[in-house]
Amino acid sequence: MRRFVWNIFLVLAGLLLFAPVVIFGLYGFSTRYFYPQLIPSYWSATAFLRQLTDVRTRQALILSLEIGTVVSCLSLLVGYPAARTLGMRPFRGKSVVYMLLFVPTVVPPVATGIGLNILFLRTGLAGTVLGVALVHLIPVLPYVVFTLSSVFARYDPHYEYQALVLGASRVQVFWTVTLPLIFPGIVVATLFAFLISWSQYLLTFLIGGGQVLTLPILLFSTVAGGNPQATAVLSLIFVTPVVVILIATSRYLATDRVHGESGITL
Amino acid sequence: MAKEGIAGQIRSGATAAATHQRWWQRLVIALTLAPALGLIAVLFGTSVVYGVAQSLGYLPFLGQRTLTLSAYRNILGGGNVAHDFWISFGFSLWVCSAATLLAGAGALLVVMLFGDRLGGATRGLMILNINLSFPHLVWAIGLSLLLVQSGLLARVATALHLIGMPADFPVLVRDRYGIGIILDYITKETPFLVLILLSILRSQPHAFGVVAQNLGATRWQRLRYVTLPLVLPGLSAGALLVFAYVFGAYEVPAVLGVQFPRMLSVLALEFFANPDLHSRAEGMAISVIMALVVLVVALLGRILSNRSAS
Repeated sequence: MRRFVWNIFLVLAGLLLFAPVVIFGLYGFSTRYFYPQLIPSYWSATAFLRQLTDVRTRQALILSLEIGTVVSCLSLLVGYPAARTLGMRPFRGKSVVYMLLFVPTVVPPVATGIGLNILFLRTGLAGTVLGVALVHLIPVLPYVVFTLSSVFARYDPHYEYQALVLGASRVQVFWTVTLPLIFPGIVVATLFAFLISWSQYLLTFLIGGGQVLTLPILLFSTVAGGNPQATAVLSLIFVTPVVVILIATSRYLATDRVHGESGITL
Repeated sequence: MAKEGIAGQIRSGATAAATHQRWWQRLVIALTLAPALGLIAVLFGTSVVYGVAQSLGYLPFLGQRTLTLSAYRNILGGGNVAHDFWISFGFSLWVCSAATLLAGAGALLVVMLFGDRLGGATRGLMILNINLSFPHLVWAIGLSLLLVQSGLLARVATALHLIGMPADFPVLVRDRYGIGIILDYITKETPFLVLILLSILRSQPHAFGVVAQNLGATRWQRLRYVTLPLVLPGLSAGALLVFAYVFGAYEVPAVLGVQFPRMLSVLALEFFANPDLHSRAEGMAISVIMALVVLVVALLGRILSNRSAS
């Protein structure tokens, strides 16, 4: 009986989870899919291919990939030393540092974006890719620091000492001891940092000012246009990297990830 | 004498080395933290300073350099602007409370019924994680295609002869009561809270439930007196974080909401984008108030979660 209820629950949860993807598939790969058709009478990939070869879509896709890559690499570079210190060294004022990083992740993007709008307009960063990448750091960098510092909190530095005693150089220690040990954490932090940047709409909109057309910006204006087919196709293109990244990192993901990840859902 | 001198020298040398080392340690800590903290401080700090300044009417590009509280007075006091603000404020409170309470109750139910299975099943965790990582914008779009009056659900209802035409289907998205927005957040935040609950339960000694069972506690009693008190602090902390997030978020109400009533985030942006530059100050004041509410709620959640963790 309990097994039966569990199976029903799994099916329901799965349905709910995949409902959006299924819907995007129904609308995206059909033509003249009107009420009350349940299953489309005419399947076709024309709309999907048209959208995929569309210049604006391609440019948006490339731009989003670029910004996401730059933001995640930059925040890894800047966040790594801070995370190591926060995770491994006791010092006074640590909770203050955590608080300083926590506050920007919860203040609504509406407020942050509007606040930065004027400054970025003045410094000429508004409407530029650099400006958008910088503003993406506000949610992404704290996420990377939190995730990596919790990795370093469980990290045993004695392996490093051992290598040093045996005559390894600092660089050798990093590449052959530290990096392999924290590799899963680095992968998860980088890829999810990319996802946070990839999903940003409002900060991009407020700083990019309609000139930096990333995929979410294009998707949002398509929604406003009211064409369900174009919306569905773009949504599919938009979520593909999300699903790919999740599958790629699935073996590294554990339940305790949720604690360090205010950035992704919150 | 000589011996003491040497010992003293060694001792003072050792303390000098120790001070030197402590000083070095502090430098390392400061230098490693500086890039990350500096970047965040510059970006976020200027945003706060400029935002608050604008809300106080400091608009140099309009030639306004005096600080006044008039934007706040317009928002909170009488008049049309205040009318809009308070309606949006109430609407935001309603949507956030409903979504948070229902997601919390849902998560509790799921964990109570399936916690032991879900915690071990990697597939179950994977499903939760996929849901968690779905961008809110896409989730909202998916729900709107599912729930509109000519959407998939309405077509299923038609196929089952429950309704005759689209207009018979209840208005679930872009409705006056924010049902679409609430449904979106329930489906998106319940898995988040389930993950929090599972990680709390995992970190607890498993034996509590077994001990209670051994002492003759029924299933319900174990739930009521063992599991619930264990997870409640963590659940409330998570729920507060959800509330804070929903209160400030923009995409979902923009896709699934209506022009009236609007949630606060939508209202703030509309004021900000208004061609009349004077309403900028009001838009900024709304977002300052919103940020304050969110901060207080989120900090409460953080204090609670730190307490429940230790």
